[in-house]
Amino acid sequence: MTTPAPRDRRAWLRDHSELGVGALLFLLGVLVLTDAVTMSVDLTQRGPVGPRTVPLVVGAGLLLVAVLLTVDVLRGGRGEAEGGEDVDLSEPADWRTVLLLVGVFLGNAVLIEPLGFPVSGALLFWGCAYALGSRRTDRDPLIAAVLSFVTYLVFHHLLGVPLPGGPLMGVI
Amino acid sequence: MDSLNSLMEGFGTALTPVNLLWAAIGVLLGTAIGVLPGIGPAMAVALLLPVTYGLEPTGAFIMFAGIYYGAMFGGSTTSILLNTPGESAAVVAAIEGNPMAKAGRGAQALAAAAGGHFAGGLIGTVLLVALAPVVAALAVDIGAPDYFAIMVLAFIAVTSVLGSSRVRGLASLLIGLTLGLIGLDRMTGQPRLTLGSLQLADGIDVVIVAVGLFAIGEALWVAAHLRRHGATAIPVGRPWLARSDLRRTWKPWLRGPLIGFPFGAIPAGGAEIPTFLSYVTEKRLSRHKDEFGHGAIEGVAGPESAASASAAGTLVSMLTLGLPTTAVAAVMLAAFQQYGIQPGPLLFEREPQLVWGLIASLFVGMVLLLALNLPLAPVWAKLLRVPRPYLYAGILFFAAVGAYAVGGEALDLVVLLAVGLLGFGMRRYGLPVLPAVIGVILGPAAEQQLRRALQISDGSLTGLVNTPFSVTVYAVVALLLAWPLIRKAITRRRNLTA
Repeated sequence: MTTPAPRDRRAWLRDHSELGVGALLFLLGVLVLTDAVTMSVDLTQRGPVGPRTVPLVVGAGLLLVAVLLTVDVLRGGRGEAEGGEDVDLSEPADWRTVLLLVGVFLGNAVLIEPLGFPVSGALLFWGCAYALGSRRTDRDPLIAAVLSFVTYLVFHHLLGVPLPGGPLMGVI
Repeated sequence: MDSLNSLMEGFGTALTPVNLLWAAIGVLLGTAIGVLPGIGPAMAVALLLPVTYGLEPTGAFIMFAGIYYGAMFGGSTTSILLNTPGESAAVVAAIEGNPMAKAGRGAQALAAAAGGHFAGGLIGTVLLVALAPVVAALAVDIGAPDYFAIMVLAFIAVTSVLGSSRVRGLASLLIGLTLGLIGLDRMTGQPRLTLGSLQLADGIDVVIVAVGLFAIGEALWVAAHLRRHGATAIPVGRPWLARSDLRRTWKPWLRGPLIGFPFGAIPAGGAEIPTFLSYVTEKRLSRHKDEFGHGAIEGVAGPESAASASAAGTLVSMLTLGLPTTAVAAVMLAAFQQYGIQPGPLLFEREPQLVWGLIASLFVGMVLLLALNLPLAPVWAKLLRVPRPYLYAGILFFAAVGAYAVGGEALDLVVLLAVGLLGFGMRRYGLPVLPAVIGVILGPAAEQQLRRALQISDGSLTGLVNTPFSVTVYAVVALLLAWPLIRKAITRRRNLTA
């Protein structure tokens, strides 16, 4: 076999990126098995089946599935990307939007306790809408603030699900 | 007549003003969320789960029932007016419903769908009342090996009946089982897969997994491939049916449940197969065969009725055996577990007020659905025009509310995002999401039953197959596993004889 040109190899890899799924499943299987084997069960075991058995079976299953999936991909099998109402698969994935959304979401996780939900929730909604392409600077922040505030009131006071109010609610 | 008495008591529970209010809110919320494009019933139910956290169980489940039926009705509205089914069960509604709407008969299509949901839900729920106590009574003696067998059946059914690839279904199931292992072992307290983290010792809440996989995963996936020019919704007036339409719809309404209910009760992928079967049946029986494909009203009425009845069928196996056969049922099971209630044969004995209140509220919900949704249909149709950035920002927003409400911990939001990214990857590479959710929800319970069964038999594997019930279930499992081989053999023989 001749060594393929770098461009061919890159194309081949992109075409076979699903092999990565097999590799991840394999790693997960190794992790589960390692965890099961290193468990110290002498004292805790009760009955014939201890806390180890099921992880061993699941881990072995993961390894098996990883191999089967890899074989399937090399034979030309492909997982079908999921379609949907607003999904357009004809264009390549828009990674910028996804990364922005992930960033905004993590921002909310960090800010929810210091700032309180009404503020961090509004930032979350506005940030997500912005990442998804909405640029109405007159309307977006207003909708975000109202939605977040009303949600806070409904959950906190009406439904009895506590959310952090933050300093703002302390003032009002 | 015992179940009739219980049902009457159930109505007593469901018709108190407070519970009636919860049912009405549930129906309205469910419809509104279900109508929103891109949100199917499973995501709707998962997103609305935190709304019920502050309620006592009976009120929560009454609201839940309303959300379920409302979301199903809302989904068919999206199919008909936008021709973009949010979930597989609503695909058939789009085939005939959308051409009807394009031809200016959208109001009739919506009315046929609403009537179908009402009839199917009504007949399905009557069958549920008749059958569920019988099944529960039959199953009341079943023990650990039988429960384990049922769960194995659920695992196998969900991986091999749904989706196009068994390997990918199995991979998804194993991912779910792995997530379910995280935390302290329930029987011995041994930490597993916690990686030394105290936070992970409690395990990952099933609600976070469900919301992460269904809502966050979906929103991120859509964000990566957002269609720049979405389909436009067809405006619609108040739904109504002329007498000539009624003459064509009442038989399909009644036929649908006969197909839908049995398919809902068995693990065969929910409403997908029965709606299609109902469509084919109506096409064959119709006197207007030429209209099919261009907007035949029978093609909306029958499948919608079948879909609703299959939802009732789903509840039979969910309530009596604890066996979820659809994504929505899986999320509902998670909701039961939140309240520390284990659905199963004993549920009818232990929580009669809850179960019969829930069943009675299904009837109430259907009446409310018909009464509220027909006049409100033009309002619902407006929801279809929500700008996509707001829609998906809203999904992420409410997913965050739900995950935070579970335990009041900011770290849960990070876990939610991680699970969401997992869901994103699964969508990219065609791993179905449902097996993972079933794995997380049923995995820990299945392990407990397995260990209990083997404890009784002192470690002998025969302890798993020592009851007629479990043997029967394993026979079904074997049949499911062998089905592709059998089908191949049949087609080969047919080709030989032909």
